[in-house]
Amino acid sequence: MAFLQIAEPGQSDAPHERRLAVGIDLGTTNSLVAAVRSGVAGTLPDEQGCCLLPSVVRYTSQGVIVGDEARAAASKDPHNTIASVKRLIGRGIEDVETLADRLPYEFVDTDSAVPRLRTVAGDVTPVEVSAEILKVLAKRAEATLGGPPTGVVITVPAYFDDAQRQASKDAAKLAGLHVFRLLNEPTAAAVAYGLDRGAEGVHAIYDLGGGTFDISILRLNKGVFEVLATGGDSALGGDDFDRAIAEWVLGQAGIGSEASPCHLRELMGRARVAKEVLSEQESADIEVTLPDGARWAGRIDRDTFNQLVDPLIRRTITACRRALRDAGVRPEDIEDVVMVGGSTRALRVREKVGEFFSTGPLVDIDPDKVVAIGAALQADVLAGNRPGGEMLLLDVIPLSLGIETMGGLVEKIVPRNTTIPVARAQEFTTFKDGQIAMAIHVVQGERELVADNRSLARFELRGIPPMVAGAARIRVTFSVDADGLLHVEAEELSQGVRASVEVKPSYGLTDEEITGMLKTSIEHAGEDMVARVLAEQRVEAARVIEALQAALTADGDELLDDEERQRIEQALVSLQATVETATDADEIRRATEELEKTCEFYVERRMNSNIRNAMAGHKVGEFE
Amino acid sequence: MIDLSSNHFELFGLPVGFVLDSQALAGRYRELQGAVHPDRFASASDQEQRMALQQATWVNEAYEILRDPLRRARYLLQLHGMDSDGETITTRDAGFLMRQMELREALAAVRNAQDPEAELDALMRETRRMIDKEVAQLAVQFEDGSPDALQVVHESVSRMQFLNKLYDEAEALEAEMEDSC
Repeated sequence: MAFLQIAEPGQSDAPHERRLAVGIDLGTTNSLVAAVRSGVAGTLPDEQGCCLLPSVVRYTSQGVIVGDEARAAASKDPHNTIASVKRLIGRGIEDVETLADRLPYEFVDTDSAVPRLRTVAGDVTPVEVSAEILKVLAKRAEATLGGPPTGVVITVPAYFDDAQRQASKDAAKLAGLHVFRLLNEPTAAAVAYGLDRGAEGVHAIYDLGGGTFDISILRLNKGVFEVLATGGDSALGGDDFDRAIAEWVLGQAGIGSEASPCHLRELMGRARVAKEVLSEQESADIEVTLPDGARWAGRIDRDTFNQLVDPLIRRTITACRRALRDAGVRPEDIEDVVMVGGSTRALRVREKVGEFFSTGPLVDIDPDKVVAIGAALQADVLAGNRPGGEMLLLDVIPLSLGIETMGGLVEKIVPRNTTIPVARAQEFTTFKDGQIAMAIHVVQGERELVADNRSLARFELRGIPPMVAGAARIRVTFSVDADGLLHVEAEELSQGVRASVEVKPSYGLTDEEITGMLKTSIEHAGEDMVARVLAEQRVEAARVIEALQAALTADGDELLDDEERQRIEQALVSLQATVETATDADEIRRATEELEKTCEFYVERRMNSNIRNAMAGHKVGEFE
Repeated sequence: MIDLSSNHFELFGLPVGFVLDSQALAGRYRELQGAVHPDRFASASDQEQRMALQQATWVNEAYEILRDPLRRARYLLQLHGMDSDGETITTRDAGFLMRQMELREALAAVRNAQDPEAELDALMRETRRMIDKEVAQLAVQFEDGSPDALQVVHESVSRMQFLNKLYDEAEALEAEMEDSC
């Protein structure tokens, strides 16, 4: 169904208000917000005219500080200043522990699957830290655009697994944002480039950010962006370049493990500056304070830097090779390589990538801004501001989804690089008489052993009717939606009983935890939870009403008879009345659901007519 | 709504048959997704979003089946009311069984070969050639459509299943060898 505006290309539809929508690039080092204004996508600056918001959050007893001010305080207050939180989001305690000796934070011991960081303002999760960054960007957007956005597109590394995606979405929810879609960063970059150039053919997007690396191979055809394969490393980025330089300095200065968090923070900062200098000059000077208070000064030249980073760049090239193989294309089939992410400013990266693809990489759009710009363009489309627009993004799942079988082995259910949305069903049976519950362990990754993959969640199926062993046939459907998020449903086939599925995320927050955080956050802001929920339900109802009115105008006469139309309009008026008078969110929700139920047949008819229109003119046998 | 009981060929507006115009298939796929993809309904009600998700999932599934020769062949057998579950098909072709063993041994021997890359390359080419031969054979037999021909299809499908799996394994080995150098 399309409560879409249907308009012929070039013919303007009925004047309708543009909906405010923004794209947000939530980066490891910096974050940005962008929007389409007067037909042009651009990043939105803060009051000082700065578009880049350093992704650094400092917790103080007086409140939360985000951005430059927080970054400036990083080395003097390392425990309360969280930088590169994207490296922690959607990760488990064990992952964090392997990083922990290099991180200056204090982690709290908890029962929860999600690591918590101790700050003067209390314990915080990476999801909450990310939400603080999103809130600042949302406020900036509201101030610049003159109102809150109706929805946002948030970008994530293409190689993010399900837990990392879910956590990113949770952060947006916590920041009070309506997420239209999670969009893969390289795909966003392709949108920014593709629309500018109208380039057809197969392209590669090489995206090396502060802490993540992605490679996507995609085909452009008449406004359709079809991702053929994606690959990468969600723990590899420019931060590692900085670390390599910092370790080199430690070696040169003869310092070992006695370096404190403050020193390491300072050193990492100096290393980053040196790296940036080396993109312009042949050598860079570094000066740092040693643990004993003395100063150390030295110089790093380009050759030394290249030697330090070559092993890291080689890892990215290996991922490129694999993505090309998965896409079924050769390096020479690639027309362009688009460079994205601040770390592609390093000349050595450009050189090595150019060598591998035998083509000069494209660097026309500011690599720091291109992802946010692409996200803004997609947000504009998703908000419905471009009726008749042809652009469509078809993305893939980056890592295979599987389940644990006997002996700790993995059986793949959805292979990597399958186009989403996708659903795959698998049948299970009981192995004990009268068994009424069953556990399914879902993992993500390419390895054969469960232990070598990422554990996503354990699903408990309950309410299986008791039968003799092997008689039950339980069909479990794994579906991945357009955000790349996994959902699981289970049904017992022989008796048609729907089993309930209880999810225990391995590295995620439970729904209760999210609700709790949301409540705290709202109360902190001096708002009232009940009022907030009511307001949100009103917005949802308004969305339904608006969409239905637009649909009725477009094709109500054509698809409905008088009696049907009257029935729908009555329900519409009734919801409008409820929205105006109701003081209870549940009441509005019920009325909204009632309207949706009344309209179901109409929705289906519209979907049908939509498909018929798409296929109009094609007859069976036409191509024989 | 997409009629979920209609067959995949009808969905794409293509004639039912093994040989198909892959360009037309890809074009129809893009058109269908353009009509039903959840991105088209991002501002619509939850109900519409759910419906779009279901439809887009179905279109993806149908496209995957139609564009892969092996899955397409199995699907066609199913439309002919024949069991297409690979595991129940056993090949009675003694010659092919021998060939299978040889190919398996060749793959296992690649690592220790003097020039592993060249060995693997030759093996992959040979496997690809055999797959192409089966695809050509399938086209002829489906065109015929007689019960005897469909029996031959069955055997062909079973051989292809083996060959595809072998090719995947060879590809995985190739990836492993490239990554380690």
